[in-house]
Amino acid sequence: MELAEEKLDEHHLDKNEVVDVVVRFAGDSGDGMQLTGSNFTQATALYGNDLSTFPDFPAEIRAPVGATFGVSAFQIYFGAEDVTTAGDAVDVLVAMNPAALVTNIGNLVTGGLIIVDSGAFTAKNLSKAKYESHPLEDGSLAAYRILNIDIHKQVLAAVEPFGLSHKEALRCKNMWTLGLVMWLFDRDRSATIESLQTKFASKPAIADSNIAALNAGHIYGETADLPAGIHVYKVPKAKVSPGIYRNVTGTQALAWGLVAGSEMADIDLLFASYPITPASNLLHELTNLKEFRVNTFQAEDEIAAVCAAIGGSFAGSLGITSSAGPGIALKAEGIALAAASELPLIVVNTQRGGPSTGLPTKTEQSDYNMALFGRHGDTPIPVIAASTSIDCFDVAMEAVRIATKYMTPVMLLSDGYLANAAEPWKIPAVDSLPSFPVKHYDDPTEFKPSIRNEETLARVWAKPGTPGLEHRIGGIERSYDTGDISYDPDNHQKMTNLRKAKVDGIASDIPLQEVCYGNSSGRLAVVGWGSTFGAIHQAVKRAVAEGLDVSHIQVRYLAPMPSNLGELLANFDAVIVPEMNSGQFIRTIRSEFLICADGVNKVAGQPFKIGEILAAIHEKYQELD
Amino acid sequence: MNQALPTLTLKDFASDQEVRWCPGCGDYAILKTIQKLMPRLDTPKENQVFVSGIGCSSRFPYYMNTFGFHTIHGRAPAIATGVKLANPELDVWVITGDGDGFSIGGNHMMHVIRRNVDLNILLFNNEIYGLTKGQYSPTSQVGTRSPSSPTGSIDSPLSPCLVALGSGSTFISRSIDTEAKHLTEVVKRGHDHRGASFIEILQNCPIYNDGIFEQVKDKKIAPDFRVELSHGQPIIFGKESEKGITLNRDSLELEVVSVAGNEGKLLVHDETHKIQAQLLATMTGPDFPVAVGVIYREEKTSFVEDSQELVQKARIEKSSLKSLLHSGHTWEVK
Repeated sequence: MELAEEKLDEHHLDKNEVVDVVVRFAGDSGDGMQLTGSNFTQATALYGNDLSTFPDFPAEIRAPVGATFGVSAFQIYFGAEDVTTAGDAVDVLVAMNPAALVTNIGNLVTGGLIIVDSGAFTAKNLSKAKYESHPLEDGSLAAYRILNIDIHKQVLAAVEPFGLSHKEALRCKNMWTLGLVMWLFDRDRSATIESLQTKFASKPAIADSNIAALNAGHIYGETADLPAGIHVYKVPKAKVSPGIYRNVTGTQALAWGLVAGSEMADIDLLFASYPITPASNLLHELTNLKEFRVNTFQAEDEIAAVCAAIGGSFAGSLGITSSAGPGIALKAEGIALAAASELPLIVVNTQRGGPSTGLPTKTEQSDYNMALFGRHGDTPIPVIAASTSIDCFDVAMEAVRIATKYMTPVMLLSDGYLANAAEPWKIPAVDSLPSFPVKHYDDPTEFKPSIRNEETLARVWAKPGTPGLEHRIGGIERSYDTGDISYDPDNHQKMTNLRKAKVDGIASDIPLQEVCYGNSSGRLAVVGWGSTFGAIHQAVKRAVAEGLDVSHIQVRYLAPMPSNLGELLANFDAVIVPEMNSGQFIRTIRSEFLICADGVNKVAGQPFKIGEILAAIHEKYQELD
Repeated sequence: MNQALPTLTLKDFASDQEVRWCPGCGDYAILKTIQKLMPRLDTPKENQVFVSGIGCSSRFPYYMNTFGFHTIHGRAPAIATGVKLANPELDVWVITGDGDGFSIGGNHMMHVIRRNVDLNILLFNNEIYGLTKGQYSPTSQVGTRSPSSPTGSIDSPLSPCLVALGSGSTFISRSIDTEAKHLTEVVKRGHDHRGASFIEILQNCPIYNDGIFEQVKDKKIAPDFRVELSHGQPIIFGKESEKGITLNRDSLELEVVSVAGNEGKLLVHDETHKIQAQLLATMTGPDFPVAVGVIYREEKTSFVEDSQELVQKARIEKSSLKSLLHSGHTWEVK
């Protein structure tokens, strides 16, 4: 199916109370937009709205000032109802310079609010953004509300008492702007003040200046004579179940899920990785968690990383490696070694735009085929995918369980969007987490490395250092009976069958596929996997509210798939499969279940919008009628 | 820990697998030497781990009755690093060849050496690809005729010991497959060294590169073509120990001189002298003898020790999963 032309929602900033709002902070990569956004997120969570965020930054670390390709943005969607995406269209755009305005205006709703720093709208910056005339003066922004403030001037005045240099003083302009936006939505500044004090503990003048700027922005909102239609907006608190909450990004949740998995499995982790965007943050998180049973190793390359993880698993730890598409490609031979030698291994793929270097900071789901089929030989491995930032926690624990119970490599799919996006998380009670303790084999009586569990088909985990268990393993085919090298044709068939049966058998040890929203049979099922969850969920919810018979099914277990999935899909007249690739999972759906499914595909480096999925639902529904 | 280790012999370290190297291969001699050395090492048998890559030499772990992992081409140093990081108590050996260790796996070799991971690396250098049937390798001499270089190879070889030195190695040595006594002592010293011990073993391939090391192996002529280094001793060689090495301080080059008349000027081997190590590792025939023995060593903490220290430091204060999940900003919804 072709993606429908998107229609932006009408503005809703006329009212004093709004159900939900999308705010987008955009500026130079050096303007501190990510910090601004994360502080606003914190305050919004504390306020009690549900929220979802989307940090959208360029690959360039410090692009030339004012350049369009250097614009870094942070989008947050918050509201009184459940929020599962970072929002389709933007209600409030903060543009710190002309480049930020020109690259983000296209997504602003008619009647939306633009906050601009007129101090940055110099002739030079306008020309860098390729504006032929001054957009604040030529009437081209007439369809929007504009708050045009010389933030440069305001900030310099606010921080003047602290004696910073001109350059340092201007760095506080993001906090001034944050203060203003916090006023706009009635947010409490105390958490931001606290975090500034911690962040700049050793530089009190910087901390004080930033706090002064934050407060000054807020006061400006309270006292200045603002244009009509710009006022404080109330966003009612979301109804959420009681508990202790925190914000968490997918990367944090994944790291903590691995740590929790190690505790539940009662096993040490060896995390070996080579830096690559957007996967490196997982290494950064885990390297700071060595107080748990975690050690980390920054290897010399992707291959060394997977190999060190495999070595760790051979020695009795759980080896984990992590990368993005190009790096996972390099690890393929190692993954097959772990499969052949039947050692546990977790491979985390934080997918990004491809092929090759592709779009390193943008998101995509185009490594499904590689995860399932991208190995030499007949080498099945389990593959599971996280669907939201907080789901990364559960999926990481599940990867630990499957890898250790079945002595197999497990591929865990995340993506650039999930890794960086934050959402509020009701912190689970540690006592309620399922435990799955691992036992290394230690009985030397008639020991053979080929002894396996009859039920799971998992080989014994006999680690070096255990007396009487000395044995050799490797990549050469081994005898089913003895574990010694074997070139016997019948044995190779038997071992090939065994490797398949072992992975297939996991299907009986995972939950049956459930319908996340809607009925378990009906006219149309929207089937997704991974980070498309949020957009599909909202689109299906809206379609159901319109009276359509639509259900949402999100598949976590991609290999093996839940045993009832085929049966479940057969209950629907039609199936559509949205994916951020050109149609990968859908091939499996079609070939495994022999059903006619339609793909909804987007490969733009950006997550799906709710409206795009909804339009696809409408289109398919019309065909059915 | 003070329990006496049971007395083991060579046989305890021989696995039940049939050895499948070609008749006359230098690997047999190395295998026997290592099996014989094992009982002398102060490590319980179950703590010995042999990791290899791909190639003739990499079959080695199958023949050792210890823990063994025959892995993938060139990656043994990386896998061994993971093994050692996961369990620093283990005595980890890397068995590799000139193709495995310096062609496809050259990157890992360089990094495992620079990190000083506590491994015993045995490089079986036969200057040829054996298992793929005789193509030239990164240590083959220029002009080596092989199935992939019928008119003679055109690439210049690298010197494994010099690469190790350039990578910051803390233990570089060289020995010969059939010189059991010498090899035993060199490997023993490598084993006792803290950090990555790099041991190049000149190994004859009787099928594809037979006799390539004949000058340094043939008992009749070897005294003139190899010099056995001994720390603190003058560097002398020859059938009658009549030749020695001196350093020309103007050209910074080594020279072969007769011992007679040069007694006071002979270079004395200092294993801790890096510049001298480079000069000695570079020596090749026919003008110079090939140096065997411990060429260089340096005291330095190993990577695994440093890594363990970071882990221990982080674990001084007990942390709970609950406190991790609740760290930073949290809020309660009632």
